[in-house]
Amino acid sequence: MRTVNHDVLLIGGGGAGLRAAIAVAEANPELSVAVASKVYPMRSHTVSAEGGAAAVIRPEDSLDAHAYDTISGGDWLCDQDAVELFVREATEEMLRLEHWGCPWSRKPDGTVATRPFGGMKTERTWFAADKTGFHMLHALFQTTLKYPPISRYDEWFVTKLLVEDGRCEGAVAVELATGEVHAILARSVIMCAGGGGKIYPFTTNANIKTGDGMALAYRAGAPLKDMEFVQYHPTGLPFTGILITEAARAEGGWLVNKEGYRYLQDYNLGTPEPRPVLRSMELGPRDRLSQAFVGELKKGRTAETRHGHVVHLDVRHLGQRTIDEKIPFVRELCMKYEKIDPVKEMIPVRPVVHYMMGGIHTDLDGATPIAGLFAAGEVACVSINGANRLGSNSLTELLVFGARAGAAAARHAADAPAPSQSVLAQGLEEEARLQERFLDNRGGRERMANLRKELQDTMETSAGLYRDEPTLKAGTEKVQELKERFHDVALEDPSLTFNTELQTALELENLLDVAESVLHSALARRESRGAHQRTDFPERDDREQPAHSLAYATTGAPRIDYLPVTITRWPPAERVYGEPLSPTSDPVGGSAPPEDGGNQE
Amino acid sequence: MKSVAVEVLRYRPETEAEPSFDVFDVPYEDNWMILDAINHIKDQVDGTLSYRWACRMGVCGSCGMMVNGKPVLTCATYVEDVLPGPVRVEPLRGFPVVRDLVTDIQDFMVKLQRVKPWIIREEEKPLAEGEYLQTPEELEDYKQYSMCINCMLCYAACPIYELDPEFIGPAAIALAQRYNLDSRDQGREERMDVLSQHDGMWGCTFVGDCSVVCPKKVDPAGAIQRYKLDATVDWFQSVLMPWRKR
Repeated sequence: MRTVNHDVLLIGGGGAGLRAAIAVAEANPELSVAVASKVYPMRSHTVSAEGGAAAVIRPEDSLDAHAYDTISGGDWLCDQDAVELFVREATEEMLRLEHWGCPWSRKPDGTVATRPFGGMKTERTWFAADKTGFHMLHALFQTTLKYPPISRYDEWFVTKLLVEDGRCEGAVAVELATGEVHAILARSVIMCAGGGGKIYPFTTNANIKTGDGMALAYRAGAPLKDMEFVQYHPTGLPFTGILITEAARAEGGWLVNKEGYRYLQDYNLGTPEPRPVLRSMELGPRDRLSQAFVGELKKGRTAETRHGHVVHLDVRHLGQRTIDEKIPFVRELCMKYEKIDPVKEMIPVRPVVHYMMGGIHTDLDGATPIAGLFAAGEVACVSINGANRLGSNSLTELLVFGARAGAAAARHAADAPAPSQSVLAQGLEEEARLQERFLDNRGGRERMANLRKELQDTMETSAGLYRDEPTLKAGTEKVQELKERFHDVALEDPSLTFNTELQTALELENLLDVAESVLHSALARRESRGAHQRTDFPERDDREQPAHSLAYATTGAPRIDYLPVTITRWPPAERVYGEPLSPTSDPVGGSAPPEDGGNQE
Repeated sequence: MKSVAVEVLRYRPETEAEPSFDVFDVPYEDNWMILDAINHIKDQVDGTLSYRWACRMGVCGSCGMMVNGKPVLTCATYVEDVLPGPVRVEPLRGFPVVRDLVTDIQDFMVKLQRVKPWIIREEEKPLAEGEYLQTPEELEDYKQYSMCINCMLCYAACPIYELDPEFIGPAAIALAQRYNLDSRDQGREERMDVLSQHDGMWGCTFVGDCSVVCPKKVDPAGAIQRYKLDATVDWFQSVLMPWRKR
């Protein structure tokens, strides 16, 4: 095992990790920064984000309005201090990215253009056509290249966090090209390794989204917060699960059932208008739209295809010009992967697992309960997303909290003692484990792909859009069984050179731990809220203050604790979509008034 | 179920001196991409096969390979479109092979950094003053070059890069131009100095194989021709008007 030393180690090179790396370099150029990622940074899943990133920029908008949309969208499970901070810092972060070259779409006068988005009361979503994540990631990555203190360890797969006496002092990683095991020692570690949508069979998530960062932190003793909240995006292409961005609806697309009927009007989401209406119908929040699909399915009003039931997204009335200008990637994806042209044909769509609201528990600076360990992006739960994230908040989140985590990690690194050499013993243990457990392991009988498929099917059945106690319980038992069978996994590849079988095994190990935390957190939450819908507890529990779940790894089933949600100015209320917000019922300016009404800046 | 023969180039440097082909009989559906067929091999037949992939929607740039001799994104190429088979899958041409279908792209990563692909300004405007104004027309000037996903297909297609590894290459030049043409940028001179350090570019003709294989219509060949024109103008100006800074 070799050892490399840095001041700050970033695990993950997607949007959050790169933003954090720059924040460290700018906060203190004396610090050496390492970015270790299992893929080259520009392959990270941020690249797939399409629709846009929210930040208040228009004069008629206000920070409180963005905060209220986010908090009501999150079904009052967001920490309101986190949301207030998030909306306050969002615009500056977005402008910074503009200064770094992100090709934001523009208005004719040259200012940044905005578009409406689901659950947002006004237009505040910045976009780069419909490849926003791609452009943000490449702008961030290319910008990191100008900072000499940032060293990259591309295609290094982190297998363990080094924690001693409650302090995180680095990580162990396999260099994929050579199979060499390294200890990367650091005074601060920032986890930015993304979510774990691959615990489900049908997801927009890339193959690399295996919950590695969540599992690493969980095993190291950090709690995973609100893991039961998994977002289904309402519009994925059947078979591939490729995302058709919410921007398609924001630009005016309609969702229709097999009778051509705009069915969302039957689900308390407003009345259909020819033009898009904010916080109404197709611009409702994702949880409610995905749940409405299940309603249509039960009524027999979805269309059956060889890849399951679908509804249709109709953008034909927008015309080719708008489609090519505003949502060209939608057209490209439909033509390539569905062999249909949305200019002329309706797009078949169904709900698809998209995002994990939960993640590693952090404070407003991205600090976890383990000293020296920070987290930001989808891997983390601050929480600004509550029980249901609003579209276009996650790209902004990775900027705001990536930057905050980077700055906090830089401060911590300046004061923290150097990592103790004794953690290297843990590194050697991990190296031995990898050798014995995987590389030398022969004669196993369980095919990895089959274990993974059983896991994914279990999650869909037990922890899908609707859950209940018996299926969740069955799911926890099944995952326990799979964890035991994983010990008998069939491995054939002893090679040290780019051993993707080893990587697949390590990823499966991570998927199993993340799935376990989701199931147990979902079983313990006996209410329905946002993306967590229990048919046996169909109401939101308003008797007590809303609480976050915290899942702690033990040698057996995870221990689930609770932490009260921080409420500042918006007490829990009904989520209202599809009704014109009159001045008296406007929750921002009316019944639950903030003290200072308007834009705070 | 239909099936097709897939010949996959294998190379395990620890045990093999030379690469060789393994042939797999792969069942497939009409909506399968080449990548689905390769995943089938890895999942169900031979777990030791190594290759890269991530997004399966043609935007992460990981899964470029040679399929029947052509560089393609395997997640965006239907099995049906390369029938009747056998389908030959090899690592991208022009790069050292690490193992099986995995190539070493470090050369590109170094070259990308050399062209300074970031906004360079003499003076940075404070954030409090808001965004740099950029009209949709100004955006259009560089937008195409900003669509590069670094998939390396253009390098695999480039006849110059194959012969002259010093050549900075199509994608890196396109990305240099992406910033040169951005109205917010003032770093054109610095980048032109980097680009002109090597004359590989002048060997590039209008063949444009790079633009033909580009899955995102970036047109690196156009970027190179435009660079040559700009460099020539710069040169004439420096000769004819030496007092004038270019």
